[in-house]
Amino acid sequence: MYVIIVGGGNVGYYLAKQLVSAKHEVLLLEKDRARYRTISEELGEVVMQGDGCEVAQQTEAGFGRADAVVAVTGSDDDNLVVCQMAKLEHNVPRTISRVNDPRNEKLFHKLGVDATVSSTKIIYNLIEQEVGGGEMIPLAALNRGNIEIVEVEIGARSPVLDKEIRSLALPPEALIISVIRNGHAILPAADTAFTIGDSVVALVNADREHELRHVFSDGV
Amino acid sequence: MNVVILGCGRVGSTLARLMYKDGHAVTIVDLQSEAFRRLGTKFKGQRIVGNGIDEDVLRRAGIEQADIFVAVSQGDNRNIMAAQIARHVFGVEKVIARIYDPIRADRYRQLGIVTLCTTTIASGLIRDFAGNGEWGLAKDYSQEYITLSA
Repeated sequence: MYVIIVGGGNVGYYLAKQLVSAKHEVLLLEKDRARYRTISEELGEVVMQGDGCEVAQQTEAGFGRADAVVAVTGSDDDNLVVCQMAKLEHNVPRTISRVNDPRNEKLFHKLGVDATVSSTKIIYNLIEQEVGGGEMIPLAALNRGNIEIVEVEIGARSPVLDKEIRSLALPPEALIISVIRNGHAILPAADTAFTIGDSVVALVNADREHELRHVFSDGV
Repeated sequence: MNVVILGCGRVGSTLARLMYKDGHAVTIVDLQSEAFRRLGTKFKGQRIVGNGIDEDVLRRAGIEQADIFVAVSQGDNRNIMAAQIARHVFGVEKVIARIYDPIRADRYRQLGIVTLCTTTIASGLIRDFAGNGEWGLAKDYSQEYITLSA
């Protein structure tokens, strides 16, 4: 498989080394001349100096026959453009982008990037698993972010599992507006109990969000 | 009109002052607060310090109510990404991005963003003026560049 990596930072460097030892054909594109010199001393011809966003250099690097293009620079905007241009210009079958801001994952998918990886989100999820879940996903902000609509997934270790809504110590200015179960939205009542896999949608004043988070997670 | 401008360089600050003078509600965003010095004292529009590809920053700049979004920061890719966020996340009607690279300007134009490539505009205008002493039309030049490099 021919894999082109754009961005010769630590992620790109170790990824290139691993792919080479797995006998893949690899090209690592690094824009910065000094960094290029450092890594090409070790990796040799696998490294090319150039801007992975420039069509001329993409062509030279052989984007046209690449099986996958992986953008792992430290800038989300650069990674996005590398992947979009790879698709538009060279029809690369698979584009993979690192995203530094986890909220960009959804956007990148929408804009045509095939896969995204967010180390921030992966590490965050690991921590959340350690403390028992309760990751609160913001869905929308009302009144310029003053009031938020958030979603919490009920996991196997959730402290509210099998409990009824009336028994929860909800903070003031927080309201559970729906429970989504098996793809159906339920209008919650006082005796609605939570089961595994439920998504709880709540309306909360931004100042109270951490208190609400506390109700749904057993850690910290 | 509600106008949000990303990048307070020479172009961004001049555009902000012009549109403010015309009576529009202008908000300008830049990574560095020092950049706002270029706006002078008469500009009373909103100034937001922050990263223009961060949805929260754009929201703070009032992009949800914007009629037009203009990306004229120093980075082509930053402008491209910000313009796509404005269009696809916030549904802004008019989105314009300044892109120095003629190829990228052409491709993203095909994706529905109004792109302005000052590289081809300036060089084309100068070439014409040098030749016959007349100023051509800016929009004519980008297509010529594409055939030039094909």
